Amino acid sequence: MQEPSGDQRQPPVIEPGHTFGTITEKIGSIVLTRRTPPAWFFGFALSFGIMMVGLYAIGYLLIRGVGIWGENIPVGWAFDIINFVWWIGIGHAGTLISAILLLLRQDWRTSINRFAEAMTLFAVACAALYPVLHLGRPWLAYWLFPYPNTMGMWPQFRSPLIWDVFAVSTYATVSLLFWFVGLIPDLATLRDRARSRFGRVVYGIFAMGWRGSARHWHRYEIAYLLLAGLATPLVVSVHTVVSLDFAASIVPGWHATMFPPYFVAGAIYSGFAMVMTLAIPLRYAYGLQDFITMRHLHNMAKVMLATGLIVAYGYMMEVFMGWYSGNPYEEYLVLNRMRGPYAPLYWALIGCNVLTPQLLWFRRVRDNVVLLFVLSIVVNVGMWLERFVIIVTSLHRDFLPSSWGMFTPTVWDWATFVGTIGLFLSLLFLFIRFLPMISIFEMRTILPQAEVDGHAPEGD
Amino acid sequence: MSHHDRQSEPLVQITHPGVGEDSTGGRKSRRLEACATPEAGANAGKQYWRGLEELAETPEFLQFLQREFPQQASEWNDPVGRRMFLRLMAASLGLAGLGGCSTQPAEHIVPYVKQPEETIPGKPLFFATAMTLSGVATGLLARSNEGRPTKIEGNARHPGSLGATDSFCQAAILELYDPDRSQAIRYRGEISSWSSFLAEARSALEAAGSRQGAGLRLLTETVVSPTLADQIQALLKTYPTAKWHQYDPIHRDSARRAAAMVFGRPVNTIFHFDRADRILSLDADFLSGGPGTLQYVRQFAGRRRVEGDNKMNRLYAVECTATLTGAAADHRLAVAPSEMEEIARLFAAALGSAGAAKETPPSANRHARWIQTAAEDLAKHPGSSLVVAGDQQPPIIHALAHMMNQRLNSVGATVTVTDPVEASPIDQIESLGELSAAMEAGQVELLVMLGGNPVYNTPADLKFGERLGKVTLRIHLSQYHDETSELCHWHIPQVHFLESWSDTRAFNGMFSVVQPLIEPLYGGRSAHQMVAFLAGQAERSDYEIVRDYWKKQWSVSGDTFERRWRQAVHDGIVESRTGFQPVGPSTAQKESTGQAAGATAAVSPPKQSASPSPSSGFEIVFRPDPTIYDGRFANNGWLQELPKPLTKLTWDNAAMISPASAERLGLSNRLGGRGGEYIVDVVELEAGGRKLRAPVWILAGQPDNCVTIHLGYGRRRAGRVGNGAGFNAYLLQTSDSPWSISGASVRKTGETFRLASTQVHQSMEGRDLVRSQTLNEYQQQGSQPAGSAHASGQHDSLYPPVDYPGYAWGMAVDLNTCIGCSGCVVACQSENNIPIVGKEQVARSREMHWLRIDRYYEGPPDNPSVAFQPVLCMHCENAPCEVVCPVAATVHSAEGLNDMVYNRCVGTRYCSHNCPYKVRRFNFLLYSDWETPSLKLMRNPEVTVRSRGVMEKCSYCVQRIASARIESEKDGRRIRDGEIVTACQAACPAEAIVFGDINDPNSRVAKLKAGSRNYSLLDELNVRPRTTYLAAVRNPNPDLETG
Repeated sequence: MQEPSGDQRQPPVIEPGHTFGTITEKIGSIVLTRRTPPAWFFGFALSFGIMMVGLYAIGYLLIRGVGIWGENIPVGWAFDIINFVWWIGIGHAGTLISAILLLLRQDWRTSINRFAEAMTLFAVACAALYPVLHLGRPWLAYWLFPYPNTMGMWPQFRSPLIWDVFAVSTYATVSLLFWFVGLIPDLATLRDRARSRFGRVVYGIFAMGWRGSARHWHRYEIAYLLLAGLATPLVVSVHTVVSLDFAASIVPGWHATMFPPYFVAGAIYSGFAMVMTLAIPLRYAYGLQDFITMRHLHNMAKVMLATGLIVAYGYMMEVFMGWYSGNPYEEYLVLNRMRGPYAPLYWALIGCNVLTPQLLWFRRVRDNVVLLFVLSIVVNVGMWLERFVIIVTSLHRDFLPSSWGMFTPTVWDWATFVGTIGLFLSLLFLFIRFLPMISIFEMRTILPQAEVDGHAPEGD
Repeated sequence: MSHHDRQSEPLVQITHPGVGEDSTGGRKSRRLEACATPEAGANAGKQYWRGLEELAETPEFLQFLQREFPQQASEWNDPVGRRMFLRLMAASLGLAGLGGCSTQPAEHIVPYVKQPEETIPGKPLFFATAMTLSGVATGLLARSNEGRPTKIEGNARHPGSLGATDSFCQAAILELYDPDRSQAIRYRGEISSWSSFLAEARSALEAAGSRQGAGLRLLTETVVSPTLADQIQALLKTYPTAKWHQYDPIHRDSARRAAAMVFGRPVNTIFHFDRADRILSLDADFLSGGPGTLQYVRQFAGRRRVEGDNKMNRLYAVECTATLTGAAADHRLAVAPSEMEEIARLFAAALGSAGAAKETPPSANRHARWIQTAAEDLAKHPGSSLVVAGDQQPPIIHALAHMMNQRLNSVGATVTVTDPVEASPIDQIESLGELSAAMEAGQVELLVMLGGNPVYNTPADLKFGERLGKVTLRIHLSQYHDETSELCHWHIPQVHFLESWSDTRAFNGMFSVVQPLIEPLYGGRSAHQMVAFLAGQAERSDYEIVRDYWKKQWSVSGDTFERRWRQAVHDGIVESRTGFQPVGPSTAQKESTGQAAGATAAVSPPKQSASPSPSSGFEIVFRPDPTIYDGRFANNGWLQELPKPLTKLTWDNAAMISPASAERLGLSNRLGGRGGEYIVDVVELEAGGRKLRAPVWILAGQPDNCVTIHLGYGRRRAGRVGNGAGFNAYLLQTSDSPWSISGASVRKTGETFRLASTQVHQSMEGRDLVRSQTLNEYQQQGSQPAGSAHASGQHDSLYPPVDYPGYAWGMAVDLNTCIGCSGCVVACQSENNIPIVGKEQVARSREMHWLRIDRYYEGPPDNPSVAFQPVLCMHCENAPCEVVCPVAATVHSAEGLNDMVYNRCVGTRYCSHNCPYKVRRFNFLLYSDWETPSLKLMRNPEVTVRSRGVMEKCSYCVQRIASARIESEKDGRRIRDGEIVTACQAACPAEAIVFGDINDPNSRVAKLKAGSRNYSLLDELNVRPRTTYLAAVRNPNPDLETG
C-alpha cells in the first residue's frame, strides 16, 4: 500500500499478512501475556547494577565535591558537560521522529516513534542530572530558577546557562506530555486486555477514561497535532540553546556562529544512531521484524547519512574558519586539535562521524542489519568524542599558554557516566516490559484494512 | 540477684594477686576490703543487720526487699501492648528530637574590662619586629588583629626590607601557627618537664664545670644577636675550655675566606646597585637570596626604569645554574662550576686586575669574546661598575671579585666594606668539622644545640647523625621535633621569633629589636633563656635579658633608656653609635692597599695550572631551595606550594639538567595527563661513592654537564606537610666542597616520577603576551606605545560606555622591574586566606593562588631569555566572566572592581572558562582547613574563608580599599594616592606593582598607564582590563648582540 511506485525495491513499512488483531496481539502480548524472557531479567539486573554504580559515584560526589572528577582550571567542564550534551543530543531523535515526521506525514515513523520518544525522555532525564551534579554546590541548583525569594535575586538572565535551564525543562515537559498523550489509546487497550486486576487498575488510571469514542479520537488527534506543532520548534531550540552555552563565550573553539545548526544536526545524527542501536536488538528479541522493517532501518540510515554530512560540513568549516579568521587563537586551536595531545581523539572523531558513515551510501550496507548496528554504535561513540573534542580541547589550551593544562578523567568520571547509561537502560527495560513499545493503534492505521473505509491516503 | 552479689565482684577482682602490686593499687584493695558487705563477709564472721525486721526475717521485710517501690506506689504492670509500644516509641522519638533543642554549653563572652592600650576591637595594629635567616635580619611590621599576628609586612625603615618582604618572611605567619610545631619538652621522645630537664642538665653542667667546661660544646646557627652573643661569650668565660660552634647550611664561608685572603680579616661587603651602571655577577644570585637582597632588588629595579633621565644599568651574569639574576641579566653565560675560575681570571686579565690567568691564552676559552666585551664595558665605567661573586662560589672567585672592584675603582663607590655583621665570624664548615671530629673522638660530653637541624642538614661526609650518638648528653632546642631532636636526649621546644624578645642585625649591621606579637602558642624556650640557664643564671625572661643587654650597651638608665628602648622597639631599628658602624671607604681602601701585596699573591694563579680539564663526568651544583630554603621551611605549606620561580615546580626538588645533557642521557620530561603534572625520568646521581636517586628536570639555561639540586627536601620529620617531599640533597654534599662536586655520574634508572608544576607550557607560542624591547628600540620609538604593531586602544562595543564617577581602581605591573621572585604570591596567600591544596591537587592543576607569576622562555633552550609576568584578576571593565554567571555571583562594582560574591556562587565554573586570563580559582574540594584551631587564629578576619564549591579570585584586596574608604570618609576627603597598598604591592621589593585610582590623573598608577610602555594583555579581546602591564626593556650590549 505505502509502496511508492517509483522504487519497487523499497521494503514495506509493515510486513504483509497482519490484521488489526494480530498487531494488537503481537505488541500487547509482550506486556500482558508473554512470559518475561530471562534475557529481560538479566539485562535489567545488569542495567540496574550499573545504575547503582552511578548512584554510588553521585553519593560520593555529593559528599566530597566535584574535585573527585578530573576537572581542573582550565578544563572546568569535562565529562559532566560532555555527557550532558551527548544525552541531550540523543534525546533529539524522539521528538524529531514524533513531531516533525508526523507533520511531514512520514508514516514509517509509526513503528519507531513510541520507543524513540521514551528514549528521548530517558536521555533527557540522564542529561538533566549533569547540570545539577556539575555544580560546586549542587544543593543550591534551584537558584538557577526564577522563583520569588527573600534575597530579592533573579537569576542572571544574560547567562546562557539560564537559557539552558528553560530550554531543557521545557523540552523535558513537552516531550513527556507528547509521549503520554500518544500513549493514552494504547493504555486503554492494555486496560481492556489486562488479565490481572492490578494491571487493569493501573493502566486504567493512566488511560484517563479513554473509551475510543469518536469524540475522544477527535480530541486526541487535535491535541497530538498541537503538541507536535509545539514540539517541533523545540527540537531545534534545545540544542541551539545548548550550543549557545559554548557559542556565547569567548573561548576559541566555542565562540562560533555556526554552532546552533551544527549542534542540531549533530543531535539528530546521534539521536537516530541511538534509535538504531536500540531498535535493532529489540526487533530481534521480540520478533518485531514485521513492524520495524528494513524500510525503517533504511530511512534511519539515510537520515544519519544526511545529518552526518551536515556535521562533517561543520567540522570542515571549523577548520576553514581557523585559517580564514586570521585569529591566532582559532588557528592554534585547529592545529592543536589535529596535532596536540588529544589529536588521537580528534582523528577518532573524524573516523567515527565522517568517514565510517560514508558506507551508508551503499545499499548493501544499509541492507546489512549487523553492519547498521555497528555503524550506529560507531556514530554514538563519535558524537561523544565530538563533545569531548569541543569541550576539552577548546578549554585546555586557550589564550595564555601559562594556564594551559590537561584533563584526564578519574574513575568517578567514568562511574558517573556509566551510571547514567545504567539509568537509561534500566528505564528502557522497564518501559519495554510495562508499556507497548510500538504504538498499537497507530500501527493499525497503516494496515491496508484501515484504508478501506478511511480517508484517502493517495495524496502521499 | 541482689545488690550484694554485684558489689562483691570488683572486690574479688581487685584483691586478685598481681593487680594490686603497685602501691596505689594495694591501698585501693585494702580500702575496699574494709567495707566488705554482709554476704561477702559471712564466712569471715560478724553479720550485721539493718534493722530489727531483717533480724526477724518478717515476710513484710522479705517482700520489701523484693519490691522496688514502696507498697503504696502504683505500679505499671501492663504488659507492653502494641499500641502502648507505638505510643512510647512515638514519644521517645519526639523527645529525642527535643534533645536537639537542649541548651548549648555556656560560652562566655568576655569584654575588655580594661581596654588594652591602643586596641580598638576590629582595627589591626602593627608592631615592628625582625626575622633572622642565616644571620641576616629583615625588618618587619607584623599585623595584629585582636592580639593575633595575622600578616607580615616589611618595615620601611629597616635597610633589609625598605617595606618589602620576601616569601620566607611572609610565610613566617604560617610557621608560627603550624600545628606540627613541637609542643612539649621531650626526653628520649617521651613528654617530660622543664624541671626534670633542669635536674639532669644541671648535673651534666656541674660535671663540665669541674673540667673547666671541657666536653661542653655549643652548636648554634649563625649568631648575629648581640645579646645572645654576649650571653654566649659570658658562658664561655665560665667554661673556658668549652667550645662554641656555628653552622648554617647556607653559610658564607667562601666570602669569609676570601676576606681573609684579601683583607686579612673577616669583612662584610655591601653593594650599592643604585650607583652601578655596569654589573658583573659571578654566579651571584643577589636578586633572590642572600644578605640584603630586598634592598638590592630595590636598587637594581630603580636602575632598570627608563622613564625620565634615569640611566639604565646593564647586568652581565655568569652563572652555574639558572637563577633569577640570570633571568634579569642583559647578557647571561651558563658555565660549569669548574669553568668559573678560569672565566674570573680572564675577566681579571681583561680588566688588568691581579690574579689574571697567565697560562691559558684568553682566546682559548670559548667565551673569550663575551668576556672581553663585557670587561671592556665594565672598564668604560670606572667607579660605577660592580663585580659581585656568589656565596656558592669558592673563595678565589670572591677574592678575584674584590681585586676587580679595586681595579674598577668601585670600592667606596659601588661597594662598601664594613666590619662583619656576625658576632663571631668563623669558618662554619671548619667549625662543624671540628665538632664532628671531637664527637667521633668521644671528647664531647654535653652538646647543646640551639636551633638548627644538623643531623639533617650537614654534609654527608661529616656523618653528624652517626657521631652524635657518641655524645653523652645531647640537648636540642628546636621549633620542631625533627631529625636531630629524634637523636637527642632532650628536646626543648623553641619559641618562634614572633613569640619572643631578641635582637638581630641587618645585612649592613643595623641593629633591630625583635618584638613578640603573641605569648608562645605552644610554650617553649628561647635561645636566650637556654644560654642563661647554661650560664647558671636564675630563670629570666628573654625580655629582661635583651633589655639588660641594651641597658649595658647604651649605659643609660631610667627614663632615657625607656625612651630609647621604646623608640627602638617602635621603629624596629636601633639608631645608635654601637649599632651601625661601616668601615669607611677610605679605611677599606687603606686596608686593602695595605694587604694588596699579600692579596695579589693570594689570588695569583697556581704555578702548575690545574687547568680544569673537562672532566668526563657531571658536576653537581648545590643550591638552597628557592621556596623552602635549607629545609627549615619544609613544613610550611605556603612555601611548599609556592611555585619555584624558574621551574614552577611545587612540593618537590629535582635534579636540574640542561636540555642537551638530557638528550644525551635520553632523559625526558613528559607532560602528564592530569593538568599540572610532568612525568619525568628518575636518575641516579653518584658522587664520591654516594648515590642518590632524583627525578630529573630539564631546565632551559642550565649549563651542560651540570646537575643542580636544591637542598631542603627529603625531610623525614618535618611534619605533616613536609614529610616525604622530594629527596635529600645533603646526602651528596661534602664538607670540603659544599657547593659543587665534580666527577659525578648520572645514570638513567628507567623509573619515572610525577612532579607537580603550576605551569606546563613554557613558550608564548608567538603570542603578544609579554612585550619587551631593547633600550635602543624604546628610545627610538619615543612616545609610541610599546609593540605598536599591535594597535592598542579602545575598541568599539555594542554597549554604551560605563561611567565611573567616583574612584576607578586600577593597577600597573612593570614587567621591566619584576624579577619573578614570587614574594607577592605568598603575601597574597597570607592576606586573603588562600588555602593550600597539596601536591596531588597541584598535579591536577587546581592550585588556588590568586596571583601567579607566568614564566615564558624565548630563544635557544641552552640560554634562553626569560620573561616573568605576574597575572592576577584584571578587573576587566567588559568582564566576560560576569555575563555568563547564571546566578549573578560575580558582578561589577561602581568603582570598576569585579566582585566575587562567595555565598551566591553555585559553582558552575563558567566564569573561569570565559576568563581569558584564567585567574579564577575554584574550590573543587574543601581546601580551607576549617578544623585546626591554630590555623583559625591565623586567618585575616577581613576576608571570608571559602568553602567547597565556590569560585574565588583576586579582589584587589577589597578589604584594604574598604578600610581606606572608611578612614577617608571619617576625615571627609578623598582616598589619597598610595593610601591603599595591595598585599602584593606591599611585598614587592622591586616596586613593580602599583595600585591606585585611575580617575586621578596625578596618581602614580594613572601616570604609569599614560606612559608609552603601558599595554593591556590580550587587548584585542576588548575586555578592557584595569590591570595593565608596562613592557620590559632590555639593555643589551650592542657589541654582543651579533654573537
